[in-house]
Amino acid sequence: MASLDGKMLRVVSGLSLVAERGQVTALLGANGAGKTTTLECAQGLQKRTGGSISLLGEDPDTAGAHLRSRVGVMLQDGGLPPSARPIPLLRHIAGMYQNPMDIDALVERLGINQFSRTTVRRLSGGQKQRLALAAALVGNPEILFLDEPSAGLDPQSRQVVFDLIAELRDAGMGIVLTTHLMDDAERLADYVYIIDGGHNVVEGTVADLLRHDHGTEASIGERTLYFDAPPGLDFTGVLGRELRVSENRSGSYSVTGELTPGDLAALTAWWAERGIMPASLRLEARSLEDVFLDISGRDVR
Amino acid sequence: MSKLLTPNAGPASLPRRIMQQGRYETITMLRNGEQLILAIVLPLMALVGLVVTPLLDGLGGSRVDVATPGILALCAMSTAFTGQGIATGFDRRYGVLRFLSTTPLGRTGLIAGKVLAVLVVLVLQVLVVGAVAGFLGWQPSPEAWLPGLGLLVLGAASFTALGLLVAGTARPEATLAITNLVWILFGALGGIVVPAQRLPALVQSIVHYLPSGALGEAMREAFLHGSVALPAVLVLLLWTVLAGAAAIRWFKWN
Repeated sequence: MASLDGKMLRVVSGLSLVAERGQVTALLGANGAGKTTTLECAQGLQKRTGGSISLLGEDPDTAGAHLRSRVGVMLQDGGLPPSARPIPLLRHIAGMYQNPMDIDALVERLGINQFSRTTVRRLSGGQKQRLALAAALVGNPEILFLDEPSAGLDPQSRQVVFDLIAELRDAGMGIVLTTHLMDDAERLADYVYIIDGGHNVVEGTVADLLRHDHGTEASIGERTLYFDAPPGLDFTGVLGRELRVSENRSGSYSVTGELTPGDLAALTAWWAERGIMPASLRLEARSLEDVFLDISGRDVR
Repeated sequence: MSKLLTPNAGPASLPRRIMQQGRYETITMLRNGEQLILAIVLPLMALVGLVVTPLLDGLGGSRVDVATPGILALCAMSTAFTGQGIATGFDRRYGVLRFLSTTPLGRTGLIAGKVLAVLVVLVLQVLVVGAVAGFLGWQPSPEAWLPGLGLLVLGAASFTALGLLVAGTARPEATLAITNLVWILFGALGGIVVPAQRLPALVQSIVHYLPSGALGEAMREAFLHGSVALPAVLVLLLWTVLAGAAAIRWFKWN
């Protein structure tokens, strides 16, 4: 429904993506990967130099008020006037729509009433984010663009915002968000595009992305076992196969590879024989972060 | 859990969106202390100053008759150029222009709303300055009002275009400095409140081509002699068209 297929400046090129109604589509990438540029082209905020974009069947560059009324936008920098107070500001924006959302309910839902008398200038990062989300939602949009929605959110606000996004998705809204946090994508996204250097490298559901190796050496079904125990243990012989064992810090071990129940049994039996009780023990599947780092490289650019 | 989302029913009508934005911008301008000083307090101080000093004596009318049309012109410059320019510059910095242009308001609605706010504030300025000037003995002929107000609107248009040109191309701090400096220079030496013949010879020849000189001259001509200063009107029109075209061409939204 919102589809991008094009070349934008030199920043974004060879990028192609589709976002569906009733789904959260995440654009995942490091800083400078081209996420915001892509979003701004789709919102009609930046003129593209090539390629095509279809937003609800229209070109955002030539779109009128009617299309804009169906699309909600939350910008990365908020775009809210510093001297405004939250509720008058939301009422003002609501005046641009025929059938705006119930402001009292929206304010209540996002906890904006806790700071309704404070000017935008003096809000915390998380409060500003919640207000910017409310401003994007006020017109009952069919499509919602969120640029880095979780930036600056404390854990409670994050929960509130994520619950609301999930509820809106379930109500049929199409949501497109950018993030550089893998955790956001894992928790929220139905479909993920990993963007690097201005083009999309990999796409799929979170489950898809975790399942495939994307042509890197990382193998499918890989897990890592972490545990803390007395330093200097040598248990390489216990786990015969190709598992990567390392003692990262003194007494802090990790075992990575295609671990089986047999491996775990062998390792715990070995501990039992020696009377070793690990201080902590944790098993993790490959995360989206691992996928992302495997694809875009682990070096900081 | 309350159901927040209701069906989208499209944008409010264009006139309603512009009215909404105009009202919001007007309230924002009137709540801003510095803008009020520039829009009301300084013009009134200038009016009183010109009435109690002999600077405007011998120009074909009483002091207040010569001073008031120029003070009204100064009001238009305060609101449309300096006030609106600074507000727009900071709105641009904070991404407010970008955000609002994604709502049904859009870019044209945003500009229209700003123009509306300038006109509303200008009406309030005319009422306040007119009342104070009347108290000081100003008695303009009723026929002068129609061309006078028309000229004020034209002046506001050219100063709005100039203000948006500065705000859309310079950083907000630079916009603040430029628009304030220009306000002082035009106010003192630009022929807006002090007619050209009372200015130093150096600037006399150029003030007729400045928007400030043209507006001041045309306003005095209308209120003192009931006639339209056509060359001055043409200068104002030219400034409006050129600055408007330049603003459309070079205005950066972010």
